[in-house]
Amino acid sequence: MSKTCLVVEDSRVIRRVTCTIMDGFGFKCIEAEHGQEAVEACEKEMPTVILLDWNMPVMSGIEFLRKLRSMPKGDTPKVIFCTTENDFSHIQEGMAAGANEYIMKPFDSDIIKSKLQLLGLIENT
Amino acid sequence: MKKEDFDLFADMVKKRSGLVLTSEKAYLLESRLMPVARKLGLKDLEELAASLRNKRDEKIMETITEAMTTNETFFFRDQKPFDQFRQVVLPHMLKVRANKKSLRIWSAASSTGQEAYSLAMILSEEAHKMPGWHTEIIGTDISHEVVEKAKAGLYNQFEVQRGLPVTMLVKYFQQKEDRWQISDKIRGMVQYRTMNLLEDWGPIGLFDIIFCRNVLIYFDQPTKSKILERQSQVLAPDGALFLGGAESVLGICDKFKSVESQRGIYIPTVCPADMWKAA
Ligand SMILES: C[S@@+](CC[C@H](N)C(=O)[O-])C[C@H]1O[C@@H](n2cnc3c(N)ncnc32)[C@H](O)[C@@H]1O
Repeated sequence: MSKTCLVVEDSRVIRRVTCTIMDGFGFKCIEAEHGQEAVEACEKEMPTVILLDWNMPVMSGIEFLRKLRSMPKGDTPKVIFCTTENDFSHIQEGMAAGANEYIMKPFDSDIIKSKLQLLGLIENT
Repeated sequence: MKKEDFDLFADMVKKRSGLVLTSEKAYLLESRLMPVARKLGLKDLEELAASLRNKRDEKIMETITEAMTTNETFFFRDQKPFDQFRQVVLPHMLKVRANKKSLRIWSAASSTGQEAYSLAMILSEEAHKMPGWHTEIIGTDISHEVVEKAKAGLYNQFEVQRGLPVTMLVKYFQQKEDRWQISDKIRGMVQYRTMNLLEDWGPIGLFDIIFCRNVLIYFDQPTKSKILERQSQVLAPDGALFLGGAESVLGICDKFKSVESQRGIYIPTVCPADMWKAA
């Protein structure tokens, strides 16, 4: 079964860039513009990993994450916050809500790779 | 660049640090030494070479050598050696040092400190298994600049994200504006100092574990042999040496042997291998 990645991010440009990077690591990407769309995507099928922005219209990243973790099978996806909300308190809040990792923007593909390795989602080469 | 200028720089760097610069590395030399030349108010590398021929200024030679070092490193680099440290070597040490309750670790070529601090974080995580133990971590590097940075323990956003799990970031770092500083507790566990692996090491003592990763790769065979030979003299007979992924002792130094099914770990030849199987 192929590994899937849900990219939840309101900026189209960042979504595209992130998908290209994840593509390169062998993930099939699904895109969502905000938390509500992400919930719908997860109801259809839980992805392997979710890259999640914080600030989005309709439903924020943290709201989505809390909702996800209460859904049936909602504990299966690894969630990586990917956000400009880079202060200590946001990181702690994100982790407390059930995130598995945290990436501070701006990021590069090396950082994404490193975090995917830490979560055991790709081989450590 | 003129060949005689390249040779002048390359010979000097080799003599002082062991770093081998072959002629394909001319571009690297140019890009790293141009800023040095400019800082000295010189136009180009030809002028820098000329000034060196004229006077072998110690400070300038040191700056050139340091500029040619590759300092890339990150927290928990390659992950595996740090897992091995925690799961194999540390339990072994807890057993064989149960009476002495002391552990000395050397991060040889520590660069900006991530390797030594990673080890300190692991020791801190495992501290509950080591009540009353005395642990010491020493980080050394030829470059003054990286040693200062290691001592400060301040890292930018990119540096704290490569290799470091965010749980460790939250636990062991404080945010300082746009940078992150390692906690005083972890910082206090490591001592950094400048030291050239080629020169006299002074009264450095005996170590239980040596991390010498991603530095021998820059040296020629005789230099590698010499350093490994000397490291075998400062490593306890039941201790362990960690080399980088592209480094080995094979055909270079017979004072060490590899450990079965533990890639990257080397132990003194005199140590019975079953000592490790039991661990
Ligand atoms: C690539 S870094 C390795 C850092 C770390 N051990 C790791 O594996 O990530 C290599 C370091 O070796 C240092 N170095 C080079 N020649 C040296 C010498 N002769 N003595 C001590 N350190 C040296 C450089 O300054 C540099 O910081």
